[in-house]
Amino acid sequence: MKLLEVTSLSKVFGGLHAVQDMSFDVRQGAVHSLIGPNGAGKTTLINLITGMYTPTSGQVAFESQDITGLAPQKLPGRGMARTFQNLQVCMNMSAVENVMVGAHLRQNTGLLAGLLSLPRLRAADRACRAEALEAMAQVGVAAFADAHASQMPYGALKRLEIARALMTRPRMVLMDEPAAGLNPTETAEVGQLIRRLADQGLTVLLVEHDMPLVMRVSNTITVLNYGKKLAEGTPQEMRSHPEVIAAYLGADIEEPSPARTEPEKALA
Amino acid sequence: MNKLSSSTLGLLVLAAVLLCLPLVLPNTFYYDVAIRIAINAVVAIGLNLLIGYTGQISLGHAGFFGLGAYASAILTSRYGWPSALALVAAASAIALLALLVARPVLRLKGHYLAMATLGLGIIIMIVLTNESAFTGGPDGLAVPALVLFGWEVSGEKSWYAVCAVALLLMAWTAINLINAPGGRSLQAIHGSEIAAFAVGVDVTAMKIRVFVLSAVIASVMGSLSAHYVGFITPGIAGFHHSIELVTMVVLGGMASVFGSIVGAVLLTLLPQFLSTLEGWETVAFGLVLMASMIFLPKGVVPTLRARLRRGAA
Amino acid sequence: MVAEFLQFLFSGLTVGATYALAALGFAIIYNSSRVINFAQGEFIMLGGMSAVALTGLGIPLSVAIVLAIAVAGAVGALIEKFAIEPAGRADVVPLIIITIGASLVVRGLVQVVLGKGTHALGAFSGEKPFVIAGATLLPQSLWVMGVATLVVAALGWFFGYTRLGKAMLATSHNTLAAELVGINTRSVLLLSFVLSGALGAVGGILLAPITYTSYDVGIMLGLKGFVAATLGGLGSGMGAVVGGLLLGVLEAMTAGYISSAYKDAMPFVLILLVLFFMPNGLFGAKTIDRV
Repeated sequence: MKLLEVTSLSKVFGGLHAVQDMSFDVRQGAVHSLIGPNGAGKTTLINLITGMYTPTSGQVAFESQDITGLAPQKLPGRGMARTFQNLQVCMNMSAVENVMVGAHLRQNTGLLAGLLSLPRLRAADRACRAEALEAMAQVGVAAFADAHASQMPYGALKRLEIARALMTRPRMVLMDEPAAGLNPTETAEVGQLIRRLADQGLTVLLVEHDMPLVMRVSNTITVLNYGKKLAEGTPQEMRSHPEVIAAYLGADIEEPSPARTEPEKALA
Repeated sequence: MNKLSSSTLGLLVLAAVLLCLPLVLPNTFYYDVAIRIAINAVVAIGLNLLIGYTGQISLGHAGFFGLGAYASAILTSRYGWPSALALVAAASAIALLALLVARPVLRLKGHYLAMATLGLGIIIMIVLTNESAFTGGPDGLAVPALVLFGWEVSGEKSWYAVCAVALLLMAWTAINLINAPGGRSLQAIHGSEIAAFAVGVDVTAMKIRVFVLSAVIASVMGSLSAHYVGFITPGIAGFHHSIELVTMVVLGGMASVFGSIVGAVLLTLLPQFLSTLEGWETVAFGLVLMASMIFLPKGVVPTLRARLRRGAA
Repeated sequence: MVAEFLQFLFSGLTVGATYALAALGFAIIYNSSRVINFAQGEFIMLGGMSAVALTGLGIPLSVAIVLAIAVAGAVGALIEKFAIEPAGRADVVPLIIITIGASLVVRGLVQVVLGKGTHALGAFSGEKPFVIAGATLLPQSLWVMGVATLVVAALGWFFGYTRLGKAMLATSHNTLAAELVGINTRSVLLLSFVLSGALGAVGGILLAPITYTSYDVGIMLGLKGFVAATLGGLGSGMGAVVGGLLLGVLEAMTAGYISSAYKDAMPFVLILLVLFFMPNGLFGAKTIDRV
């Protein structure tokens, strides 16, 4: 079943075609990755899907319902959550509170109710805290259960964001470069987390630069270049796709020399 | 000690202090200071919800305080309304005004928001000064006594009781809110609006709600203050008072209910100490403002808390 | 009718020129440090009051003017050294409180030294007004507008064509990059405060013969200068000038045609309206959040 359907999506900034006539579908239960050189339009695409930008043309449908241009705060209610490339963690709150905020739509967030601290509210909040701690355990940051966000290392914060996204009880999570800034061990853990979540039925749309990670966890990969879809298929297919190889070698001047002589290894 | 039980302890200490204070206050003058502190503390806590917890700015909050004071004063003295009704009516009117201006104002950020709230406060003060037919103009307006459910509140002990209860109530409910889902969402707005959007927070609506709440709190205390002092002038809505209120919040500690109380104590006592400096009060006040922000940028209570945490570690 | 309109226009442009200079002062400091200097108004007051005090001591007007500007510039430097630098990387609200504190110190000191009285400065070239199309125009007004124009032009040349000026602009666009190319951003910050102090003082001196001066004129003048700067879009030099002139004229029109009692409310009503429809001011740049 197609959970997310992107049809002919375009975004023009002034004269720049950041995204051009993008179409792809995300199958339910899959880990679908978006890759491409820097500037290919990946984050723009994510921002278009999540309502941070309004498309110049095209449609986005989630669970067969049109969500084109829907405001970002409406998406958790529809079952879509997202994490951010530039960390968006509330450093003025504790780790648990950050995750608990993910349950915002399910809670009574009225100010009056909060001021009066009705018993039902407090009970619900205790349950929410327990759920948040579980989510933190699920993503592997249970050690920070009593920590303040400002005390946590970068890698843990990236996973905290995932825990917060999970609290919205989404059917799909968009992860924008969850491994950025992480060391190989942390990256591997994120990869395992993504696969675990997918195996539990969560659909993941992943934007990533880390090729080994993408190759390991993805069911489908869509490759972007200059805002357009370059290729799409399984990791195996993409590894040996000539245009994909060309795009990466052509754009990435810092690529080490083995890639020149053994192109397949560059995408391994 | 987790946050919740330390807050409960704080509330108990506050209650104890408020209960025991009358035993040591020697005369009316000290009662007066205590009452003024309590009134300022309530307004400061309300303002802190807006600027400390939700991360907004308001440089015109005295405007709401002044409007509440004048509305109560005019309704009771000129139209003979019962004071309790006048207070509620004033608060409702201010709530409506705050609601009206909140949406366009809170779209602004940073210095533009500061400017807009500043402008609002000054406009209110100018209106209060100019509409002398209603407000008595710069010469001020006399305010009749407060009557709550048949009881005429007069004398320092009765007023102390009223204000102490108000302070305890405000502190208790504010702490409730901070630990409730609503309060968490407010703090999320401060931490990262983008993250707040991502979890479904209607950021604009929540900003408006907390703005109105803090305006109403200021209005109610303005009304009470008017009845207590018995005489009001447009200056209570002015820029200087707005800055005093903001300083109470910042110096005491942003996002700290007890910080606001400490800030209120410090800023209410300060003029008393400075009055001995005859002529140099302005300079001294300015120096205190500068020094406190330079050396205690996080505010008194958060700085103390951090020191204690480091000491315990 | 026309005479009346012209009358208001002249007085509006006159006071607007002072607002423009104050707003430029705000813009220069804001650009180099993101600080809103609430003490800006006190520079205006210092200019007028110092000039009055100095001429009172028998010093000839032209010398007194130069000294008064120097005093304000020096105070600006002191504020930067003792209020802004120690604050380091403070947040918006604490910084606002610091500059308000500085303004209180300046105002309080002037009050102690020079008292609370109102003073007038002698007009620069006589008080016989011109009559243009039925409207009176004070010679002092011509001084105000003329000098202000010269100052703005000089600033334009300074920022556009001198190395130091360009260095200051570079700092305002990107402090880190400026440091990396060897610009001493600390000095730029100090200079911006000295410059703003001088600018404010010039406005205050020019205006003092017309509107009189006292220890507390800085408050409203400063706030209105802030409004003018915000009107034009914080950080935009041209916006500051346009904002200042616009504000002065609208204020005069309000006093003339609507109500002089509400003349002081006009700038703030204006800024609220502008910000409601143009959240970044008339010329301000839109800020974009990168996610």
